[in-house]
Amino acid sequence: MTTPDTQVEQDRAVMSRRNFLGFLGKGVACAGALVGAGGAVGAVVSERGNRAFQQNDEQYAEAVNNPPQVPDYNWNDHKWAIGVDTDRCIGCLRCMEACKMENSVQMDANHHRTWVERYVYLEGSNTAIVDSQSDPKNIENTGSETKFRFDNRYRNVKVDKAFFVPKLCNQCEHPSCVQVCPTGATFKAKDGPVLIDTTYCIGCQYCVQACPYGARSFNESRGTVDKCNWCYHRITKGLNPACVEVCPTGTRIFGDRNDPESPVSLFIRNNHVQVLKPEMGNAPNVFYKGTDKEVV
Amino acid sequence: MEHVFDHVTPYIGYVYPNETDVPWSQLIVIYPYITGLVAGAFVISSLYHVFNIKSFAPVSRFALLTALCFMIFAPTPLLFHLGQPTRAFNAVITPHWTSAMAAFGYVAGFYLCLLLLETWFAFRADIVAMSKVKTGIMGKVYGVLTLGSDDVSPHALAIDHKFARILSMIGIPSAMGLHGYVGFVFGSLKTREWWSSDLMPVIFLLSAVASGVGLLIVLYVIVSKFRKTPIIDETMRGLLYVLFAGITIVMVIEALELLEIFYKAREGVDTVKALIAGPIWVGMAIQWIMSVFVLAVTSGLLIFEVHGKRLVNWLFLCGLAIMVGVLAMRWNVVIGGQELSKTMKGLLTFYPEVFGRESLFVVGVISVCPYITLWLVTKLLPPWADGKKAVV
Ligand code: SF4
Ligand code: SF4
Repeated sequence: MTTPDTQVEQDRAVMSRRNFLGFLGKGVACAGALVGAGGAVGAVVSERGNRAFQQNDEQYAEAVNNPPQVPDYNWNDHKWAIGVDTDRCIGCLRCMEACKMENSVQMDANHHRTWVERYVYLEGSNTAIVDSQSDPKNIENTGSETKFRFDNRYRNVKVDKAFFVPKLCNQCEHPSCVQVCPTGATFKAKDGPVLIDTTYCIGCQYCVQACPYGARSFNESRGTVDKCNWCYHRITKGLNPACVEVCPTGTRIFGDRNDPESPVSLFIRNNHVQVLKPEMGNAPNVFYKGTDKEVV
Repeated sequence: MEHVFDHVTPYIGYVYPNETDVPWSQLIVIYPYITGLVAGAFVISSLYHVFNIKSFAPVSRFALLTALCFMIFAPTPLLFHLGQPTRAFNAVITPHWTSAMAAFGYVAGFYLCLLLLETWFAFRADIVAMSKVKTGIMGKVYGVLTLGSDDVSPHALAIDHKFARILSMIGIPSAMGLHGYVGFVFGSLKTREWWSSDLMPVIFLLSAVASGVGLLIVLYVIVSKFRKTPIIDETMRGLLYVLFAGITIVMVIEALELLEIFYKAREGVDTVKALIAGPIWVGMAIQWIMSVFVLAVTSGLLIFEVHGKRLVNWLFLCGLAIMVGVLAMRWNVVIGGQELSKTMKGLLTFYPEVFGRESLFVVGVISVCPYITLWLVTKLLPPWADGKKAVV
C-alpha cells in the first residue's frame, strides 16, 4: 500500500534520478543501469568453470535491463566514505572473495575491484617488499586463481615489520577517470561513488589509464570497464558493502559523512588518517589509518 | 594450475594487480603512427600549395592523396581496440568535453572532410577531362566525381586553385592540431610518469612530420622506379631539407625530455631507468640508432652537396630508417608508458598477441590498407604531372 508519505519519497527519488540525467546532459536510459549494471545480484555458479562466480549472460542482461528499484533512496542525503584501519588487517582476503562473488567480478588474477597488498620490511632493510594475493607465487601456492591466499614465503627470514593494506576504488572527489571518459559513461554520483553505465561505455579504457590507483579493469567478455562502486546496489538499500560486511577484524569501516556519529565519521575524527597519492589531486574518499611511506 | 599465467603480463617488482592486463595494445601504437604519416605528408603537399615552394610541385598532389588515404584508415585501429565498437559514436553524440579523447571524432571528421575537399579542388580539372574521354563505367564514375561542375575555363581553374590553396592553409593548423592533439591524449595523463610531459605534443608532432616525409621519399622513389620516370633532383633536395630539419629538432627535444626525467630524478626514477634498460631497450635502441643514422646521413648529404643517384639511394634509406625509427618511438611511448607500473615499483613486459582482434596480424592488415587504397586512388586520380607543368 502506498501512503502519501512514501509517495512523496518515491517522487523525490524519481526526481533525483531525473536531475542526474540532466546533469549528464543526455537522455540515455542510464537511470536503470545506475544500480543494476554494476551489481551482480545473485552470485551463481556458472557452467564456465574458471569464472565460477560470474553472472551468466542472462543474469547480466536481466540486471541491466530490469534493475532493482530503490524508491525510497535520495542520493542528496548521503555522503558515503570508507575508512581502512590497516593495523587491523590480517590479510585473510575474505573481502576479496566476497567482492568477487557479490559483484560478479571476473575470477582470474588480473581483474579486481578490491585487493590486499602485503608490505614486508626484511631485517635491516629500508624498503618494503610488496606483493598482492595475485602474485604468481601466491597463486602457485594455492594452485588456483580463485582461492585467495597469501603464501608463507617469509617464514624462514627475519622480518622487521610487516602489514597489509586493503585497496579499493577511492571514489575520488576529483576522479581522473571521470575527467577522461569521452562519453560520460562513468560519472560521479551525488552521494559519492563513481559509477559506470555499462550500457553506454564504449570500452576505450582511457579511464583505466587515468586512475592513479589501478582500481579499474577491463571486462573482456562484456567489452566494458569494471570497478568497485562500494556495492552501490547494497548501500542504497541501507546495507554495508560486501567487503565491509565480511571483514572479521573491522578493518574496513563504512558510513555516511553527513552523519557525524556514523562509524566512518567517528573513525576519521578520532584517528590521524591519510589518503593514497595525495599529490595526484584526486582527493580520495577512502581514509587510511596506519599506512607507511612505502605504501603506493 | 588454471590458465591464468597464459594471459597475465609478466612483471617484476610490484604492480597493481589490475595492471597485468595492459589496456592499450599495439593497435594504439599504430594509431598515432598513421595519423603522424598523414600530418607529414600533408605538410609536404602544403609547402607547395601554400608557400609555393616549387621543388615540391612534382609530389604535392601525390602527397595530398597519401595524406587522404592514410587518414581514411587512421580511426580503424581505434575501432578494433574498443570493447564496444558499435557504440563508438557515443563519444560523438554525447561528447564529455573534459576528456581529451572526446573531440577525436570531430577533429578527425573535420580533417577528413578538408582533405576530401582539397583533393577535389586539386583534381577537378583532371576529373572533368577524364569524364570527357573515358567511356563506360569509368566515364560515369568521373562524371559523378565532377559533382556537376565541368567548367574548365581559366577563370574556373583559378578559382579551383584559390580554394585548394585556402583549404591547404586551413589544413596546416588542422594537421598540426590533429597530431598535437594525439600527443595531448597521452601527455595530459598525470598517472603515467612516462607520458605525463609537456613536451609530448611537440615530440609527437615533429616526429610525425619527419615520418611523413620519410614515407613520401620512400613512396616517391618506389613509384618513380615502377613508372620508369626520372626522380627530380630538386624535389629530393627539398625533401632532404625538411627531413634534416625534422630529425634534428625531434632528437634535441627527445634528448631534453629524457634529460629532464633523469635530472629531476623524482621518486621512481630508478624504475624509469630500468624500463629503458629492460622492457623497451630494443625499441629504444632501434629508435635512437635510426635517428642517429638519419641525422648523420642527411648531414652528410647536405655537407657534401650530394645529387643524383647517390642522393636518391641514401635518401631512400633515410626514409625507411625514419619510418622504422618513428614506429619504434611510438611503441616506446605507448607500450613503454604502460610497462612502467603506476606503483613506480614494478615493470611489466608486454608481449603482443599474434592472432586475434587486437593482434599483430590485425595491425599488419590495417597498416597495408592505406597503401593499397593509395594505389587504387592514384589509378583513379593520377597525381603525376609528367613533363607538363603541374596543374594546381
Ligand atoms: S580510485 Fe580511480 S577509479 Fe576510483 S574514482 Fe578515483 S580515479 Fe576513479
Ligand atoms: S572505457 Fe568506458 S567508462 Fe572508461 S573512459 Fe572509455 S567509455 Fe568511459
